[in-house]
Amino acid sequence: MSDNFDVPAPLAGLGGWLDDRFHGARGFRVLMRKVFPDHWSFMLGEIALWSFVILLLTGTFLSLFFVPSMSDVVYHGSYVKLDGIKMSEAYQSTLNISFDVRGGLLMRQVHHWAADVFMASLTIHMLRVFFTGAYRKPREINWLIGIVLFSLGLLEGLFGYSLPDDQLSGAGLRIFEGVLQGIPIVGTYLAYFLFGGGFPGNIIVPRMYLIHVLLIPGILLALITAHLFIMFHQKHTQMPAKGNTEKNVVGQPFFPYFLAKGGAWFFFIFASLVLLATFAEINPIWLYGPYTPVAISSASQPDFYMGILEGSLRMMPAWEINFLGHTLSMSVLIPFAVPLTVVLGGAAFWPFFEQWATGDRSFHNINDRPRNAPMRTGIGIAAVVFYGILWAEGANDVIADKLQIPLYTITWISRVLIFVGPLAAFFITKRICLGLQRQDKQTLLHGYESGIIRQLPNGEFIEVHKPVNEEARAVLESKVVPALLPAPGSEDANGVPAPSGRGVLGKARARANRAFAETIAIEANGHGNGHGNGHEVSSGNGHAAVAAGDGEHASGAPGTGAGPAQVPPGEASDPDEAQ
Amino acid sequence: MSWFNARRRRPVAGYTALLLGLVVVGLLYGAFSRTGGTAQASAPAASQSDINTGQGLFEANCSSCHGLDAQGTTQGPGLIGAGAAAVDFQMSTGRMPAKEVGAENESKPSQFTAQQIYQIADYIASLGGGPAIPDSQQVSTSGADTALGEQLFSANCAQCHGFAGAGGALTYGKDAPALTAATPTQIYEAMLTGPEAMPVFADGAVSPSAKRDIIAYIVDTRVEPNAGGFSLGRTGPVTEGLVIFLGGMGFLVLIAMWITAKRRDPRPTGME
Amino acid sequence: MSDSEETEGSEGPVARRRVIGTPPPAPRLLGSTAVAEDGEAGQVSDETAGGEHSGGERPTSPPDEAHAKRMEKIVAACFIFAFIAGCGFIAAYVGLGVHTVDKTLRSNLALGTSLSVTFIALGLGALLWVRHLMPDVEVVEDRHELRSETKDREAFQEYFKEGASNSQFVKRPLVRRTLMLGTLPLIAAPLVLLRDMGPLPGTSLRHTVWSPGRRLLVYGTNQPITPAEFSGPGSAISIVPDGYQDDPDALTKASITLIKFRPGELDIPTTMNGSTLIATMNWTVDNIVAYSRICTHVGCPVGLYEQTTHHLLCPCHQSTFDASHGANVIFGPAARALPQLPMTVDAQGYLVAKSDYTQPVGPSFWERG
Repeated sequence: MSDNFDVPAPLAGLGGWLDDRFHGARGFRVLMRKVFPDHWSFMLGEIALWSFVILLLTGTFLSLFFVPSMSDVVYHGSYVKLDGIKMSEAYQSTLNISFDVRGGLLMRQVHHWAADVFMASLTIHMLRVFFTGAYRKPREINWLIGIVLFSLGLLEGLFGYSLPDDQLSGAGLRIFEGVLQGIPIVGTYLAYFLFGGGFPGNIIVPRMYLIHVLLIPGILLALITAHLFIMFHQKHTQMPAKGNTEKNVVGQPFFPYFLAKGGAWFFFIFASLVLLATFAEINPIWLYGPYTPVAISSASQPDFYMGILEGSLRMMPAWEINFLGHTLSMSVLIPFAVPLTVVLGGAAFWPFFEQWATGDRSFHNINDRPRNAPMRTGIGIAAVVFYGILWAEGANDVIADKLQIPLYTITWISRVLIFVGPLAAFFITKRICLGLQRQDKQTLLHGYESGIIRQLPNGEFIEVHKPVNEEARAVLESKVVPALLPAPGSEDANGVPAPSGRGVLGKARARANRAFAETIAIEANGHGNGHGNGHEVSSGNGHAAVAAGDGEHASGAPGTGAGPAQVPPGEASDPDEAQ
Repeated sequence: MSWFNARRRRPVAGYTALLLGLVVVGLLYGAFSRTGGTAQASAPAASQSDINTGQGLFEANCSSCHGLDAQGTTQGPGLIGAGAAAVDFQMSTGRMPAKEVGAENESKPSQFTAQQIYQIADYIASLGGGPAIPDSQQVSTSGADTALGEQLFSANCAQCHGFAGAGGALTYGKDAPALTAATPTQIYEAMLTGPEAMPVFADGAVSPSAKRDIIAYIVDTRVEPNAGGFSLGRTGPVTEGLVIFLGGMGFLVLIAMWITAKRRDPRPTGME
Repeated sequence: MSDSEETEGSEGPVARRRVIGTPPPAPRLLGSTAVAEDGEAGQVSDETAGGEHSGGERPTSPPDEAHAKRMEKIVAACFIFAFIAGCGFIAAYVGLGVHTVDKTLRSNLALGTSLSVTFIALGLGALLWVRHLMPDVEVVEDRHELRSETKDREAFQEYFKEGASNSQFVKRPLVRRTLMLGTLPLIAAPLVLLRDMGPLPGTSLRHTVWSPGRRLLVYGTNQPITPAEFSGPGSAISIVPDGYQDDPDALTKASITLIKFRPGELDIPTTMNGSTLIATMNWTVDNIVAYSRICTHVGCPVGLYEQTTHHLLCPCHQSTFDASHGANVIFGPAARALPQLPMTVDAQGYLVAKSDYTQPVGPSFWERG
């Protein structure tokens, strides 16, 4: 066993001292051996985690120097271009950090880049979890915690970049206030309570500071801890592979492997953030100038994670309803409410919707390959396209300027694309997934193309197919097709209709179920099954030619398969043809 | 086999070649892409011979659109009263002679020498007055109040030209150009004469000293080094977002792939 | 190579190709000895290097000691490099001052480069350590059933029922209900405590600081302006109210875009909102018109004026207003025209307001009417 050294006495002594008080030996032993599956896409969430840690560290540094006050001062500091200008203390202290504190600009930029990387990595982590189905039972709560983390991150970033009270973020705050103001019935009250009066007032920066430095980080820390603990307790999912089952976890132990890899990852993340902060300028507030309500710049965008709200505000045509002395500004309310509700609300709702539609209540510890869940992947890509169009529209004036496209044209295109795009994306993606499934099936049945061309005695050329090896076979066969729910109107032996299919909801569920179940069936063994049903066999393809007398091709000739086709239960029709 | 040849088929070789190609192309572009702008000193005082020469030049190059007496045609507006400053601005930035009749003329290398432009300007000024070319005193930035310049620029200029003068989009395909290449004289003249879609900032509203402050602010901003590294275009968070995803996330995903890649332990020697 | 070697299972010599990619344990379609394109034999599955299952002995060293010794030196070099870079960071901090833009740039570059090199070196060292010094190990751990055993669940239920009945909570509805009643105000109390966060809006959104006789000042220079000074056709300028030029709260609603038109170009139709006059040529002076600068969409300043098209474009969401016809909306999400400020000249000839706006400026709100 582990043989080559003796644990040094002080370490052993410390361990004993702690164990005497905390009964930790067994728990820590389990922890040390705990297995973490290894896949690059599992590390995306850790980018967010380490970015958060870096945000805490750099944020603490910044809060030692930042003054969260909107009182006016006349500037006489190092940035002489603005000497004599009236600005808020918040802005002045940010200039001070940038130009008068050594390492201050570096810390500011690391902090801001880390915030962007935090949100970006959360986005791709969320997408990875979604497309692999890792949010399914037993991990629904963790998925919901993740959605909350994302939403809090949005707010945290919004308040964070608004703290310096510069022209760009001040304009963003003004938009925030204008949107609040437009909320029916309570809008003006909300706006006046938050800002302590009309915009801008003199209390919003200290309030945002408190929320940004204390409230939200506290909640984030608690939720991240919960998120990690749940993941730890339930064990991470793993990718389909040979030897990976629903009942095991295969990988490398925590101590020392995962610890070392995690440490290396932390260093690389920190390194990339510092590299960005060294060479790529971000949020140069001295160029924006202090906030004044009279001024505005072209190319005024919020940080990218707020981009979809910006895009939806730009895309919306004018629409306002006046009635009975009240005004309802739909051109503000719809852009404010719809995109985030669709994306975040849809995401939160999704695991439960999928469970309802598929009737699948089993545990899932093995991830899905996205192609094996065409409905989910299609709807996910449609959501990504929806998000992406809104996001691109948020940058429409920059696109118009750099790509020389007229401004209104971009808006008109996005107004059409926002409806057409997701639909087209869904359809195309689903077809691609089914196509890939067909390809998998072909590979399983007929082997892969080896690139070896052989001439048969009769002069025909064929390409030799070789059977896939065990590991590849395990991956290709990993698709799980849940049983179909009873169709509406179907009856059991006594003529009683299925309860789940009754009513409007029941019919909708059955429809959804059929849609989710659309798949290309792959039988467990690849020998000849399925060839008999609908699979055309002509002498023109190499398949039949190979079968005739050539012993290398692993798949049997048509009709020589072992027994009737084995189809998964509930699959009533031709396995070769998708509905 | 050389070190390179032995590794030419590795996946990383492809990435390296691509990176090298991008760097080379970028360097070549940076070296050869043209920068605009011509420096100008104060305009000399107008003499009758200058005006006559200017008239000749005008009739040869400009009258087809602006009319023989600068009265205007369907192709171009009349220039009586437009003033020497307008002529100097349009011609020194190369916008005039226009390539085509359209809403917006792009700046391009000027076809005329500075002296020729002054002569045409003198001629146009002789027809009906109008704003004069500013002298070097008026566009000098020494002693200017850049703080006031910042206030005026951000309230009156930034909504078209961007907070740091990087340019911006207007309606119907027009755009407000970047202010990186314009000389102080050209900036002054543009404010004074309001070329094309740009509004006029006459001396009554924006005094000559305020104009100097704005010019000083623009010049100081564009020569100022980017304290935080490369500027990403000075257009704000859009480019920052692009860098995050394409640069930051891309790099990190590659590192993650490396961290979790299958190990290729060398052949066991049989002596373990 | 010929097909006779295609049967899977046999393990061939190790390849020198490095894999950067995402393969789970060898989902390669190529069999373990299939011909690769450059003539080398295929990859070995990771079983050879010690894919062992838990319960067995784990190797404590990597298989090739010579290679490990080489890598050890490289890892050590990485860490030493990190040390040097880290010292460089401290030196840069101590040695490089800031207080100008150039010096800040230099300091940022030095601090940032040294810090990132430190981290890269540490990360690289740690990574090479894991990949080349630690023996390759694959462990299989069982997942335990998350669902508790039925007897545990039943025991839990027993305890819960016992405790609940001991507490009398179920048996005594009066106590239960009055408890809930008693705590209700406490739930509302934190919300009530927030009331003094700000004043009630009242009618303050309906008014600005403009009043009869208040002068229009040019923003920045804070000088009043006469029509003669603003006579260049196609001029546009930012305006703030006299007495409030430094008051952001006032400026949020009261700032103005002043525009001068050529004769004949300005044509503001007389517009009523119910019985209130909200736009008219009578409020202009000498073809000079004053529009509210506050966009009626969500409140950004609308200062972008295109002299040729007479468009006022808001850069935030591209709401476009036609300044020659009363700033009515011609594109974009804004639903209402920019309010026009009634303007006249005072005794000294300066432009002044005739009165406040006749409608609320800025973004819409519920009580706007």
